[in-house]
Amino acid sequence: MIVEVQAILIIWTFIFIYSIFGSIDFGSGFWALIYNDHRTLAGKMANRFLSPTWEITNVFLVLLVVAFVGFFPKGAFTLGTILLIPVSLILFFLAIRSAFMVFSYSVQGYRKLMFLISGVSGLLIPALLITVLPISQGGFIELVDGKETLLLGKLLASPSLYLYILFGLTSELFLSSLFLGDYSYASKQEGAYRLYRGNALLLGPSTLLAAVLTLLVSQQEASWLIKHLYEQKLWFSLSLASFIIGYVALLLPRKKNTVRGFPRLALLAVIAQYGFASYGYGMAHLPYIVYPRLTIFDAFTATETFYSLLIMYGIGLAILTPGFYIFWRLFLKDRRYLQQD
Amino acid sequence: MDTVVLARAFFGTSLAFHIIFATLGVGIPLLIVIAEILHQVKKDNDYAIMAKRWTKAFAVLLGVAIPSGTIVGVQLSLLWPGFMEIVGKVISLPFQVEIFAFFIEALFMSIYVYAADRLPKAFRILSVILVAFGAVASAILITAVNTWMNTPAGFQIASDGTIYDVHPWTAFFNPSFLSSAFHVAVTAYMTGGFAVASVAAYKLLKRKKRTAQEITYHKKGFLLALIVGLTFSLISSISGHHSAQVLHEHSPEKLAAAEGLFKSQRYAPLAIGGFTDPKTESVKYGIEIPWMLSWLAAGKFDTKVKGLYEFPRETWPPFYVHTLFNIMVGIGFFLLALAAFSLVWMYYTKRKKRGFPKWLLVVLIFSGPLSMLGIEFGWIFSCSGRQPWTIYKVQTTSEAATQSTNLGGLFLLFIGLYVLLGALTILILTSYFKRHPVYKEFEKYSGYEEKGSS
Repeated sequence: MIVEVQAILIIWTFIFIYSIFGSIDFGSGFWALIYNDHRTLAGKMANRFLSPTWEITNVFLVLLVVAFVGFFPKGAFTLGTILLIPVSLILFFLAIRSAFMVFSYSVQGYRKLMFLISGVSGLLIPALLITVLPISQGGFIELVDGKETLLLGKLLASPSLYLYILFGLTSELFLSSLFLGDYSYASKQEGAYRLYRGNALLLGPSTLLAAVLTLLVSQQEASWLIKHLYEQKLWFSLSLASFIIGYVALLLPRKKNTVRGFPRLALLAVIAQYGFASYGYGMAHLPYIVYPRLTIFDAFTATETFYSLLIMYGIGLAILTPGFYIFWRLFLKDRRYLQQD
Repeated sequence: MDTVVLARAFFGTSLAFHIIFATLGVGIPLLIVIAEILHQVKKDNDYAIMAKRWTKAFAVLLGVAIPSGTIVGVQLSLLWPGFMEIVGKVISLPFQVEIFAFFIEALFMSIYVYAADRLPKAFRILSVILVAFGAVASAILITAVNTWMNTPAGFQIASDGTIYDVHPWTAFFNPSFLSSAFHVAVTAYMTGGFAVASVAAYKLLKRKKRTAQEITYHKKGFLLALIVGLTFSLISSISGHHSAQVLHEHSPEKLAAAEGLFKSQRYAPLAIGGFTDPKTESVKYGIEIPWMLSWLAAGKFDTKVKGLYEFPRETWPPFYVHTLFNIMVGIGFFLLALAAFSLVWMYYTKRKKRGFPKWLLVVLIFSGPLSMLGIEFGWIFSCSGRQPWTIYKVQTTSEAATQSTNLGGLFLLFIGLYVLLGALTILILTSYFKRHPVYKEFEKYSGYEEKGSS
């Protein structure tokens, strides 16, 4: 495989990991807000997961940015220039969210207000993050006085922007519902599990609908991409099949239990669904990072740097894996942590 | 303001804000580690309480350190896209390794805070040691990039700007890396020590409101913090001296500007204080110590120190760096003397059974903020002293800056953000510790002991 493709595959992997973790993280913040005073422990479940994990999710975001700069420096130049405003807003809300989340544990009075602010930022950040996709499909960048400039007015008037946002938000809430359903199930919180399972059943089809609508509208603005997407039918079929497996897993009755569904299987199948779809989308997007201005070949780093980064990723992964394993054991598996109530 | 100045002001503000939290984020974990170990060695619960309370403060500070660090990291690409293009090709390695350090810190911080009660003691101490390790490693790795900007290495650049012959590890271990990274780490430990000493001094100053048990508790923290402060300010002064020698060798115009030296000379004098007068091109109202600069620069009085006249005028750093440099060094020596004086006094009064004087406590309250100011001035010195370059002799700051023109609104937005987060941090820390006074912890721990004796 050529080095540029190896590099973009690593970037996709990071984007994929962050989009799953980020969805669960931001979604949990939102559900924690919604179910703050709920009679089930749904809100508490969300917070119990969020407290030890948000920092790590945040590190994945930084990892993604750093990896992109290292592998595709010219891409960092272009995206840094054109995404000044949306990315600055993301940073702004990210700071507000993280800080207020931490503060809300240490404060008595304004706790609800802080909850509200961090919960709402948890919707705004993903909405802003996903705007990178329509921008990368082309049509919103122009050369003004020799500088690459984002046509903000045109972007804001474009329906595909809003459909992408809709797709992003429904996906965020779908994935986080599934995850928290599984987490509540593992914590033996039936009430909370029922609630999140119900949300997931509702949100699943909504994400599909949003995805189809987004593609339909993008047909006009980015016909090149749609054409390429059709060539990736295999991956999208696999994605759809995974969705069906996941959805059915939620519906199946269980023998000894009063509740329905196999949440762990559903979660894993839906993660696979997003994995296949991301791969198909990524393949269709090649070789462009930003259509038609920037390809992975223009943007690629120095070869020596690429290889030393690659080696360091291997070493880093080897060092970190035990850490992640211990973390998972302590916060996602340990009954003493999960079943505190 | 033009875009380049605005971009510098914007990024400088973000960094100045972040560095407060980043420095404490390196300094405080070391103190927590020491307190945890003292708790095990001395079997004294006061140290366990200290570790617990410092961890709480650290967790709140981390809530700002992490997002502000994310801001700085991403803003590099937003405000300095030209710079990051070269960084990506040559010096992305330390950025990437820093992520691993960051992961270690985040993972074990959560483990230490949320799983401490489920872990064996040894593992709890190991996790806090890993938190401290991750924190200092992040700082050192980020400094690698900054030092590379001061003393670039590990690549060639063609006249059309093409980068070739890249050696990532040579860039990583550039000439000023080791000395500066060491300086950054030890000054962070020094600042952590003085920050805690400040709080303890304040608590001891209002001793009438406190019980004997509380005073003993605060005294232990005070002593520990002062010893850390003294040790690391001593090491900082030595490492700072070494950093200046690296300047002499690799960034002579920065040293010349820092000292306000215009004519190259042997037996060069050291100018302390005053300011560099652009009209007469000399330092005014400063104290000159003859021969000293030559001696400091390379250990010999007849060392030739290059003055600014050796370099083209358009590449001179701004003259105010002389003042920045003096303030940084001045604060360092003042704190070193203060800590040494206080500890000697304590030793002396312990034998004569006389109290620690109030005025000294009042001065010590300022030691933490002063140390932080020293850090701020040091960074501003390091980056202003490199001007007009972003990458020394490779890329100017205006070549590195973004071409976007609408920075003003965003700048204001982020100033508002930093003011808000800064104010809230102070508010939340004070209100938390007011609601959880230390005597409540004593009650809890005396309960623990009865239960935990089995």
